[in-house]
Amino acid sequence: MLDTNNTNSYSIDINNAVVSFREDIALRGVSLKVKHGEFIGVVGPNGAGKTTLLTIVNGMGKLLHGQVIVLGQNLTSGNGHSLRKKVGYVAQVESIDPRMPMIVREVAMIGRYGRLGLFKRPGKTDWEIVDKALELVGMTHLARRPIGHLSGGEQQRVAIARCLVQEPEIFLLDEPTAALDWKAKTDIMELVKRIHDLRGLTTLFVTHDLSALPIACDRVVLMKDGLIWSEGPPKGLLTDEKLGQLYDLPVAEVEKRRREAALV
Amino acid sequence: MDLSIFTYPFMQNAILSAFLGGIACSVIGVFVVLLHMPFIGVCMSHAAFAGALLGLWLGFNPMIGAFVFSLGAAAIVGPLADRGELNPETSVGVIFSLMLGLAFLFMGLMSGPKSAALELLWGSILTNTRGDIVVLAIVAVLVVGIIFVFYKEIQATVFQRDMARAVGIPATVMLYSILFLMGATITASFSSIGGLLIFSLILNPAAAAYQLTYSMKKMFILSAVFGVLSGWIGLLISYFFNIPSGATIVVTSSVIFLLAVVFSPKRKVKRWQTKPLGDNTP
Repeated sequence: MLDTNNTNSYSIDINNAVVSFREDIALRGVSLKVKHGEFIGVVGPNGAGKTTLLTIVNGMGKLLHGQVIVLGQNLTSGNGHSLRKKVGYVAQVESIDPRMPMIVREVAMIGRYGRLGLFKRPGKTDWEIVDKALELVGMTHLARRPIGHLSGGEQQRVAIARCLVQEPEIFLLDEPTAALDWKAKTDIMELVKRIHDLRGLTTLFVTHDLSALPIACDRVVLMKDGLIWSEGPPKGLLTDEKLGQLYDLPVAEVEKRRREAALV
Repeated sequence: MDLSIFTYPFMQNAILSAFLGGIACSVIGVFVVLLHMPFIGVCMSHAAFAGALLGLWLGFNPMIGAFVFSLGAAAIVGPLADRGELNPETSVGVIFSLMLGLAFLFMGLMSGPKSAALELLWGSILTNTRGDIVVLAIVAVLVVGIIFVFYKEIQATVFQRDMARAVGIPATVMLYSILFLMGATITASFSSIGGLLIFSLILNPAAAAYQLTYSMKKMFILSAVFGVLSGWIGLLISYFFNIPSGATIVVTSSVIFLLAVVFSPKRKVKRWQTKPLGDNTP
């Protein structure tokens, strides 16, 4: 049954979620509450369960145990499908065949398809929404290019535009800046934050790379071995000592690596 | 040139079969190319061959055997491919050789003359009956109709399945519908083109169309045109040189593919479209 308090206060309410992939346990009892409009950074080493956390929010992951309530809807194995129409999801850059017969506008339009439903074709209004989204992410000039000809950073902008045309309430980003150069990385971080504020979204931003975490996060969740290891405001959490513990490194080594990373 | 041959019913049936089979096979081929799953098509078409021979051996309709076996192969390979756990080379190696092994086993177990079995191997478009054409027509209409009705879902699914799922499109249902249609197309076109050659008519026209356009809609249309052309030109060559039609159809489709590769604009310097926004046709 739905808890009405949860429905009112939180966009996402995860309670003791356990998820496994075959013999591996990906989440070992994770609980997390996210308020409407919050921007959460999820940080942790590879294999910590960060991506799995996102998949249970958009109903693509299967819960072994626990409860997930998203936008007031108790997620079960059958109803994730309708919920996903309200949840924007941007994954890592995938390599796309340069000959793929799809242009940028068509790829962005895919975000409307779930909302349109079966048997309906996109109309003039839908194309206007797509063009506005492409304008917002600065891709108007490339709108008619084949998608496979874009750089990684440009493809991520299109992915963000695709989410925007979905008109989502929740924005999930899974390592969106992985494999991007420094400039593209910072541009995408800035764009995500701008869109979060502009559209009043609830955002979960997953990354293993601390330099890819928008500093303006309201809260940071540190994950390790399928558990939430610590959470709180970024200033208090992203200390060398905490990061050393999270990544199993001595504090001096964290300091050294941070200095080196700052020089890059 | 003596064109009186076109007045004979068997030739008219063959032309109609080439038209319908060419459309169904080549349109299904677009999925094979865009989903990067040629191995699934290969496995399904050879499984259909084995199933048809089982039907011949045990005395039931070979088409039913072909349909059940090709869907069986899709049921084995499909989930592996969907989850991205498949090493294509390994599974093609195993299933392809198993199916050919079964096919020749069933052929060996058959008593009496093997001409019907050999016909399934090479295909015989010139002996197609009205019944064959009706089946081909149903499948062609089904394939084209489903693409027309579910175009946007299909487009999203073949582009990136995970992304399609993430926006709320039933991508898994779409993928299995595509595999089901592929099984139906292979089965219906089987007797015309032959079990060993049918996969070329599925793959070659679509692979040729892939070289020539950045629009998925145009790719479907071009592929269908190439499929029909392959069928008709192959049929003419077969008639004039008195050689097996399945082989000439496949060789023609391969020549079209080579020409498309040679003249592909995608190999040349990229020229970007500069059409302004606001035009609602993508």
